[in-house]
Amino acid sequence: MSTDLIQEARRQTEICNACRYCEGFCSVFPALTRQKAFADGDISHLANLCHNCRGCYYSCQYTEPHEFALNFPAALAEVRQDSWERLAWPQPLARRFHENGVALGLIAALAFALVFALIQMLQPASGEGFYAYVAHNALVALFVPAFLLPLVAVGVSLRRYWQETGGTRLRWRNVLGGFRAAANMKNLNGGQGQGCNFENDDRYSDTRRWMHQAVMYGFLLCFAATSSGTVLHYVFDMQAPYGFFSLPKLLGIPGGILLTIGTIGLAWLKTKADPKLGAVRVWGGEMGFILLLGATGASGLALYAATGTAAVPMLLAIHLGCVLAFFLLLPYSKMVHGFYRLAALIIEDQKQNAKA
Amino acid sequence: MAAALQNQVWDILVVGGGNAALCAAITAAEAGAKVLILESAPKTYRGGNSRHTRNFRCMHRGPLSVLTDSYDEDEYFDDLMRVTKGKTDEPMARMAIRQSEDCLPWMEAHGVRFQPSLSGTLSLSRTNAFFLGGGKALVNAYYNTAADLGVTVAYDAEVTHVHIEGDRFTHVDVRIAGEMQKIQGRAIVLASGGFQSDLEWLTRAWGPAAANFLIRGTPYNRGVVLRDMLDQGAESVGDPTQCHAVAIDGRAPKYDGGIVTRLDCVPFSVVVNRDAERFYDEGEDVWPKRYAIWGRLVAAQPDQVGYAIIDSKSIDLFMPSVFPPIKADTIEDLGRQMGLDGAKLAQTVGAFNAACQPGTFHPTELDGVATNGLTPAKTNWARPINQPPFYGYQLRPGVTFTYLGLKIDSHAQVHTAQGPLANVFAAGEIMAGSILGQGYLAGFGMTIGTVFGRIAGAEAAKHVN
Repeated sequence: MSTDLIQEARRQTEICNACRYCEGFCSVFPALTRQKAFADGDISHLANLCHNCRGCYYSCQYTEPHEFALNFPAALAEVRQDSWERLAWPQPLARRFHENGVALGLIAALAFALVFALIQMLQPASGEGFYAYVAHNALVALFVPAFLLPLVAVGVSLRRYWQETGGTRLRWRNVLGGFRAAANMKNLNGGQGQGCNFENDDRYSDTRRWMHQAVMYGFLLCFAATSSGTVLHYVFDMQAPYGFFSLPKLLGIPGGILLTIGTIGLAWLKTKADPKLGAVRVWGGEMGFILLLGATGASGLALYAATGTAAVPMLLAIHLGCVLAFFLLLPYSKMVHGFYRLAALIIEDQKQNAKA
Repeated sequence: MAAALQNQVWDILVVGGGNAALCAAITAAEAGAKVLILESAPKTYRGGNSRHTRNFRCMHRGPLSVLTDSYDEDEYFDDLMRVTKGKTDEPMARMAIRQSEDCLPWMEAHGVRFQPSLSGTLSLSRTNAFFLGGGKALVNAYYNTAADLGVTVAYDAEVTHVHIEGDRFTHVDVRIAGEMQKIQGRAIVLASGGFQSDLEWLTRAWGPAAANFLIRGTPYNRGVVLRDMLDQGAESVGDPTQCHAVAIDGRAPKYDGGIVTRLDCVPFSVVVNRDAERFYDEGEDVWPKRYAIWGRLVAAQPDQVGYAIIDSKSIDLFMPSVFPPIKADTIEDLGRQMGLDGAKLAQTVGAFNAACQPGTFHPTELDGVATNGLTPAKTNWARPINQPPFYGYQLRPGVTFTYLGLKIDSHAQVHTAQGPLANVFAAGEIMAGSILGQGYLAGFGMTIGTVFGRIAGAEAAKHVN
């Protein structure tokens, strides 16, 4: 555990706790008023509860050049980032892709090359749609472990996180509370729906929340599309390609569009925002992750649009390469924030109700 | 930029960059005036003492925005009379109180967001509307609104002299980023605060003790414009030798410590001076009401320092200060750690403990749990200090604002002995002495700034239109 980062965040937390002007912005401030002393796990919890809306920074009377030198969003971002890396499993993979967008891109390129080679070498004798280029069984053999192993890795990390931050036994009530807060991105709405202080300095804007919602729901729709395809394939013996009025397409097309628009929006906003209010060293890795997510959505749409043309094998390799890289990097990239955030929201719901 | 500011006659110059200045600038700009704000602080420190504020005391006849229930003119005025001991201009005070009700929706319409009363301040939920994010968020919102209305802002712009010819202002001398300039205007609003960060001035008024005072707010309130106007015969109001000071954590920064340096522990403490002797009834009244007097009490002690001693029973009964308390297992050791005579402190605490009487302790109301036969007595919350660990905080006077100001009329117009100055208006702390002659009422400074800022802006705009 990085003692320095935790210690700095604790110093700032104690100043915030003596001020409390920011109580109305998000869940972090009401959470910190529950205590006077903050253990390391308490700081991890606050850090993962923080959505980096930055309202507190622009409202703060103690930011530099004041000697208290508060930059609470950055202090929490550093601890949050550190917690994802520290609790990651296995450790050797923990840091690189967070910090380095190029390394992340390299994995995507390698994944693309792998799928491309697969297509070249193992082109099936027969098959329709994608399966004309790569056999269903080959895809399954590649993607099932590539999907499940990262999830196991995230599971291991979350378990550690749960213990560190004092999470208790899961109850439906708290899970629902956590999902509710995530579903409407309550902690990015500035407390009153006016939004964040992100791309316009001290002016509020809800753009980031909308863009994040587009990415989140776009991603979930895409995921649902793939899942529905799996169910159709195995349960109903209905095989791809699916027509426009099928569940995988009806979910996947809007999902892909939302994901693409949302990631373009988030990437653009990120170029406008002050990097010093986040964890500066991971700016590149975060940007790389957004672009990878966007490439996944856009290549999926392009693949559908190109149906029946000669571009399909290439687009298929790009799309599957992106998906593969995304899954493989899931525990070691910004994507893992979704799991920690949700855990923090559920734990916060537990802590609130434990107090009540 | 320098040339662009100088080579024109502005409709209205606003001197200062806090709440009152911004309310004046916005009001004037909405009336069509071309407005220039001259803020002496750099952009990062803009907003004067407003950036440290947190709420606005508001009259209301029913639930209004975040305010519960109602708070009528008479109750508000009574509260003011209680803290000022009658040192107020009643018609002006009543005008400010009445107009506060219209201010709140005006503030919301100009970007200010309110939030429910902060944790630990429930007693204010009916009377004071809290700003979401505090005073700096309010200041930011107003600067954005002003920018949208075309108001120009010069930072690092310290006005050193307001030129008055006859009964009219003509131009100001202003140092912008180190360079002297002459800027002309057709009317001027003076909203540049008090003089509490001019330590020499404080020393003249208070004597050498002032050197040990801490300034809770901005270091930019040096009273330069106030002094300049008084030197030119502007009529003054308020006691020139008084400032409002509260007892704050002695480890606070010299300037700008703001809210986090406050210490609410006095009612649960034994408070001693440098010689480890008690000097006043710590339990005289509930804390917000008695908060104010402790600044002056500590200022009157040797070296302007006090020490509040509590035990583990009371450590969770008040808002934490930003600085951790000194902690020890014995009173002697605590005294030594704080630089006091430990044995003497133990004796003082021992005498206090012996004088404590049984009773039902109630931390949030006057519980009548008092000492018997002790001088000075502690008349409420007098529980023995006997459960280690023991905790100690150093107390020093923290100056919040000064009372001396410009006398204005109900049009916010500044006067000399010859009568009103035709195009000179004042708002905010620079004129607050008219209404707050003594004491302080939480959130009332922002009320005065908002009400008179709007009046000054409207009157100045009327003058130039």
